Order: sequence, then structure tokens, then C-alpha cells
Amino acid sequence: MLLQARGIVHAYAGKRALDGVDFTLRAGEVHALMGQNGAGKSTLIKVLTGAAPLQTGQISLAGQSIRPASTQDAQRLGISTVYQEVNLCSNLSVAENIFAGRQPLRPWTRGGGIDWRTLNQRAKKLLADLDVDVDVKRELGSCSVAIQQMVAIARAIDISARVLILDEPTSSLDSDEVEKLFSAIRRLRDSGMAILFVTHFLDQVYAVSDRITVLRNGQLVGEYAAKDLDHAALVAAMVGRANQQGAVASDKSQAANTHSKVPVVQTRDVARRGSVAAVNLEIRPGEILGLAGLLGSGRTEVARLLFGLDRADAGEIHVNGEAVSLGDPAQAIAHQLAFCPEERKTEGIVEDLSIRDNIVLTLQARMGLWRKLGRAERQEITDTLARQLDIRAASLDIPIGELSGGNQQKCLIARALATKPRLLILDEPTRGIDVAGKQEIMNQLVQLAAQGMALLFISAEVEELLRVSTRIVVMRDRRQAGSLPGGCSEDEVYALIAAPADAAPAADKAGAA
Amino acid sequence: MIRKTFALPLFWPCATLALLIVLNAVVNPGFLAIAWRDGHLYGNLIDILNRAAPLALVAAGMTLVIAARGLDISVGAVVAIAAATGALCVSTTGSLGLAIASALGVALLCGLWNGLLVVAVGMQPIIATLILMVAGRGVAQLITSGQIITIYYKPYDFIGNGFLLGLPFAAVLAVAVIVLLHALLTATPLGLFIRAIGINPLAARIAGVRARPITLCLYGFCGLMAGLAGLIISSNVKSADANNAGTLLELDAILAVTLGGTALTGGRFSLAGTAIGALIIQTLTSTIYSLGVPPEVNLVFKAALIFVVMLLQSAEFRASIRALATRPADPEQGTPPA
Repeated sequence: MLLQARGIVHAYAGKRALDGVDFTLRAGEVHALMGQNGAGKSTLIKVLTGAAPLQTGQISLAGQSIRPASTQDAQRLGISTVYQEVNLCSNLSVAENIFAGRQPLRPWTRGGGIDWRTLNQRAKKLLADLDVDVDVKRELGSCSVAIQQMVAIARAIDISARVLILDEPTSSLDSDEVEKLFSAIRRLRDSGMAILFVTHFLDQVYAVSDRITVLRNGQLVGEYAAKDLDHAALVAAMVGRANQQGAVASDKSQAANTHSKVPVVQTRDVARRGSVAAVNLEIRPGEILGLAGLLGSGRTEVARLLFGLDRADAGEIHVNGEAVSLGDPAQAIAHQLAFCPEERKTEGIVEDLSIRDNIVLTLQARMGLWRKLGRAERQEITDTLARQLDIRAASLDIPIGELSGGNQQKCLIARALATKPRLLILDEPTRGIDVAGKQEIMNQLVQLAAQGMALLFISAEVEELLRVSTRIVVMRDRRQAGSLPGGCSEDEVYALIAAPADAAPAADKAGAA
Repeated sequence: MIRKTFALPLFWPCATLALLIVLNAVVNPGFLAIAWRDGHLYGNLIDILNRAAPLALVAAGMTLVIAARGLDISVGAVVAIAAATGALCVSTTGSLGLAIASALGVALLCGLWNGLLVVAVGMQPIIATLILMVAGRGVAQLITSGQIITIYYKPYDFIGNGFLLGLPFAAVLAVAVIVLLHALLTATPLGLFIRAIGINPLAARIAGVRARPITLCLYGFCGLMAGLAGLIISSNVKSADANNAGTLLELDAILAVTLGGTALTGGRFSLAGTAIGALIIQTLTSTIYSLGVPPEVNLVFKAALIFVVMLLQSAEFRASIRALATRPADPEQGTPPA
């Protein structure tokens, strides 16, 4: 037993996020920590890594009682963490980020100068061990999120050799990168490191973990060997009831019969240099158009063009049959389009504002500067949406930054719904959200479509797309690779996603998309 | 209850101001006296109100710019430009209305220029406004032809030296502007938008907040406030001095904003706090005079006082003092060596 926690109780503003949780991590194992949003996973990690003070309970490392006062303190003891959102300096180079604060110094200057050659060589070697090929002198901000994630892991590995905590390390990686990460994790485990791994992808849990601990509502449900706990049992342990996977698909058929209506949004050869080429989409009321493709295939770029975040330099966008010019999100919002961005933290939430202010922000912005929502009206809109989307918070007046990722996402959907949009664009709305949360969000989407809203649903998870979409458009290499009807198989979608760049003309099963 | 009072955002600025006033009252027993003389109120406190007015106005404009993640270090120069314009106009035309309009108009243009550099050109606020900070003094010199313009026109005096309802007109004006501004920020969603822009400009834009026009207007407003301060200052000393009007006012304004609890990183702001901050700075100046500090150590003394005030206002500093006072003698609970 390398790291052991006993009877951890942790309360925020009187509300118990952890209620007497025990947790054991052994050397040479990969241990998955599972639970829904708000189950207490993040809090437990914060307590173990010194990011939150230990209130009640005991933590011991290799038999010795510890009480890390800060994350640096925990690192000195040998506990390193890589967080879901990369916490590095985007203006420094890859190598500088790995060694920031611990730069190798030139011996002959008695610690006066940084030994850049050693620094860069060591960074290169570390990343090579993780099978990452990148110029270590490159500015981190110019690298993909996946590379940034790997750099964060390289830094953590290099800092401490005993316990590595990975908080949703795979949420922004594609499958190749996940595989690379996993082989790195296995190597580290075999060298005797203890690895604590938090993820929402069930398949990944089984691919790499030896042992699973499940939390629910701040309490320990149990610790299991991964091979003794099957999928269904794990989900049941997390949500406390049998999962209802089938609920979505059955509702979908009702929404499909919408061909008679005028499309909410129609694009004709919309393109932007360096972004995407010739996008032709058509989304009708009541339809959920799924947008599939690999990371960097142009999925997000399409959403940015439709929402006026980037201006198209060719083609036409029609909203409700009228040609429009979209050069600013405010214009798109005026045309009753709404958008939930992929990067929740940097592009979505306004961290220090209250949940209520965050929810009404877009509605208020559309109403203009001279009409303010009345107190009662604001209260009612936010209360209703919070209830409808099941936003769980101690109070709606606390800053949104204090919520868990899943609840923040729900707030962003609530912000979009408050404007009663005709088209809702969702870029990876389920990223970093647990199974039950995903299910809830997808149920919501189907319901919204049934009420006549048009949805553009962007996701990297094909299985998820197939569950809700009435049609699927596949993006590849920044152009439209083709479209498929709603009932198609995963294999058909994968075939389009992965077809080589010079393959035969794009498949087009569903007619003009 | 007491703990709650301590946690109020304006508690520490108010406490600092009260402490300074008490200090003055102890050194100079007549400090608190207010008399009725020549048809208006008279006394040290009234004098502080009057002298703090231009700083409070400039700092109010600065508060909003800083709240939206900006900064305007050209306000001192804009004060000089507005003062020169007003003085020149009133001397040549003899029209008070025209003088006020032209001074405010020029100041507004200066603010909008700053805003354009930030919003349209995309310059860093400190650099964008540095341009006008340096060049503005030259512009003011051009307007006054390098001379100090003395104002003989009597009605102009009223702005900086007149009294309304027994109170200094400048103070009444400053209070009115700040109250109106507060009303505007709470009765419209502008306050929400400014905070959103200050906390996360990108998220605010994606949420549909028109961040660019709003930011432009805030710089314009900041310029306008500097213009108003320029009118008050030139009227107060009955002249416009392109070199010395409003020197270092930008730093006092930033200090007032900080003292009032507005975060320099944007987002959190307090207009009332800024007004109290301006009063603290002016009271500080009076303290130096009433203590009889020799002129040659005047600035050093002011710096020391400001240092103490800032320490008192720093939550981190107070927390570490508290920790020192209440630290338990329990080595077991500490962090073991790695």
C-alpha cells in the first residue's frame, strides 16, 4: 500500500463533497477512480494532492502520515497530478514547460545560467519515451491540445516517481494518442509507479486499469478488481441504478419526419481559407445533424463559421431562407442561433460571475443595453432552466467556476436555451462528462429536437452521434467527406472518417446534406 | 456579526479613511471643525472634498476601463489638453458654454483615440495610452503656444471654486456623476457586460456581448472624465499650464481604483470604493501638510503612508498576520520532510 487515505471528509460551504471516503493505491498498479459528476472524484484528488486542505481524515504515503499543504508540497513527497484542463504556460516552449522551476543549470556558472542544451535534450528524451514527436523548442501554445496534454504528463512523470494522478487525461486525445498514452502508462506501472486514473470513457477504464474505486454522492461505493466488475455492474455502481441506454434511440424516430419544413440553416459552398472548404449543410427544424470526424478534421471550424466566430470568405449562409452575413457571434445570436463551445473553460463560462449571470448573459446581450431583465424574470428563467437541465449547485448565486465540469456544461446549454434558439450548435457537449451525465444531456437534445429545435451536434464519439442524430455528416481533412442517414452503422461512419485522402469520390447516401 | 462586517468589500477602504481622519484629528484638534462662512460650508473636510473631486472623476473613468481589462495612463495628459482647450476658448471667445463643450469634446476624442488603438488596432492598453500620455503634453503645449494661459473670465471660476447649496460645486459635480454612473451600471446590463468582458473577453464575445463597441465607449468615457477634471483643475488655479496640469494624475487614479478594491486584472470593480480611494489619497495629502512634514521628505513620507495603507488593505497580508498570531504549536500537523 503506497498511498492510503482513511475517513476523508471534505465540505465546501457546509456541503459535504466527501463523506468519510477510504482509498488505497498500491505501487505498480493503475487504479481508476470512477463516479458521476459531483461524486467527489475531483475533491478527493484535490485533497490527495494538497490542492485542497485536508479537513478530516488521514493520508499516509508508504506508511508515513502526510498532510500536503500545497501541490508543490505533494510533488516533493512524490505525488504529481495532470489535470483535465492543461495548466501550463502557453507562451513558453515545450521544453521550458517540462522543466519550469527545475531547469538544469550550467555548473560552471554556479547556478547562474540555464543549461539550454541539457534542458532541450532531456525534454526530447522524455517525450520520446512517451512516443511523442515534437520540436521541444516550439511554443507550447502553438501545439495541439493532445501534445500539450502529453507535455503535462511528461512534466509530471519527471517531477515525481512514486504516484502519478491523471485527471481525465484522454478527454481531448484521439484514439491513436490514447493508445500511445496507455502504453506509456503501462510502462510506468511496470516500473513500479502507482497511477491513479480518472476518466469517463468506460472502455478506457478496462483497457488500462487493474483496479477500480467507485464513488457516489461523496461516499465510497466500493473497490473492485477490474476483471471482476463488468460494464453494466460498473455503471450501476456509479449511478446507483440500472442504466437506461436505450431511452434515446426510441424517441429519435419521431423527430426524423421533418423534410417538409424550411431549413433553419442552409449553407452553400461556405469556405474559409486555411479553415474549411465548401461546406454544404442543411438543418431543418426538429432535426439533429451529427457532425463526425477526427480531431482537426474541420468539425469545430464549421461551427465557428456558422456562429460568426470566423467570417466565411466564400459561399452563402441562409437562415430561415434568407441570406445572412455572419461576422460576429452577436449577429448569429440575433438570428436565433446558439452555440456551446468545445473549450468550456476558456470560451464558455465567465468564471467569477454567478451561475445566474452566466445563464442570462446571452439573452441579456441580445436584449441590448437599454433593457435589463427584471429581477423576478431573471430568477424565474434561471430557476426553470436549472430545474429542466438538473443543474446541481448549492445555490444559483455562487460563481460558476465552483461547479463541476458537467454542471458547467449544463449551464452553458441553459445559457443557449434561454435565448430560445432555432438552431443550437453543440461542440463536444459531452466531453469530460460522466456516463449518466452524457445520457442526460443526450436525452435533453432529443427532447429539444422533438419540440422543433434544429441541432448541430459535434462529437468525436461516433457511438454517441449515432444514438441521437437524424443524419450524420462526416468531415475529413477540412472538407466534407460525405453524409449518412441516421440509422447507419458505426462501421459505415468510421469508413468515411478514416478513408485515405485520395480515396474515391465522397459517399453520399442521404442526398444533399 | 463582526466577522461579517470585516468581510464587506468596502470595510477596509472605509476603515483606512476613518483611521486617516482620526490621525488628523489627533494631530490637529481643529481638523474636524466645519463652519458656515460667506454663505457656504468651510473646513478641512470640505476642502478635502473639493480637492478630491477631479481625482475621483478621473478614477471613476479609470475604474470602468480597468474593469474591462484595460488601462489608461494618458488621463493626466488629457487633463492638460482639456484645460488648455477650455482656457484658450474662454479667453478668446468669452463663452463659458463653448469653452466647456470644446474641452469635453476634445477629451472625448482623446479617449476614443485610445479606445480605437486598443479595440481596432489591437495594441496593449498600456502601450496604446502611453502614446497619448507622452504626445498629449506636446499637444497641450501647441494649444497654449507654450505659454501658461491665465484665465480672467470670472464665471469660469465657478467650476473649481464655486459653491452649490453650501457645498463645493466640484464635489457636488463629482458625486452627481458617480451616482448617475452607478445608476446606469445597475439599471442597465452594462455592469454585467463590463464584468464579463473583464473576466473572460473571449467567452463574453462568444456569449454575444459586443465587447469591442463597449470597450471603445469606456475609453471614450474615461477621456471625458479627464476632460471634466481638466476644467475643474484649470478653473481652480485660474490658469492652464500644459506642463503641470494633471501630472502623475494617472498614477493617483490607478492607486484610487486599487484602494477601492477593484481588481487590476479586470472583472471585479467598485465605483463607491474608487470614490473612497480618491478621498483616502486626498486626505493623505492633507495629513502630510497638517503633520508639518518638511517639503523635501514629503514624497518619501507619502510613499511610506501609502505602503502602510496598501498593507492594511491586502487580504494576504492580513491573513499572514492572523496566522502568525494564532499558529498552533503542533509540529506533528506540519508537513514532514520529503
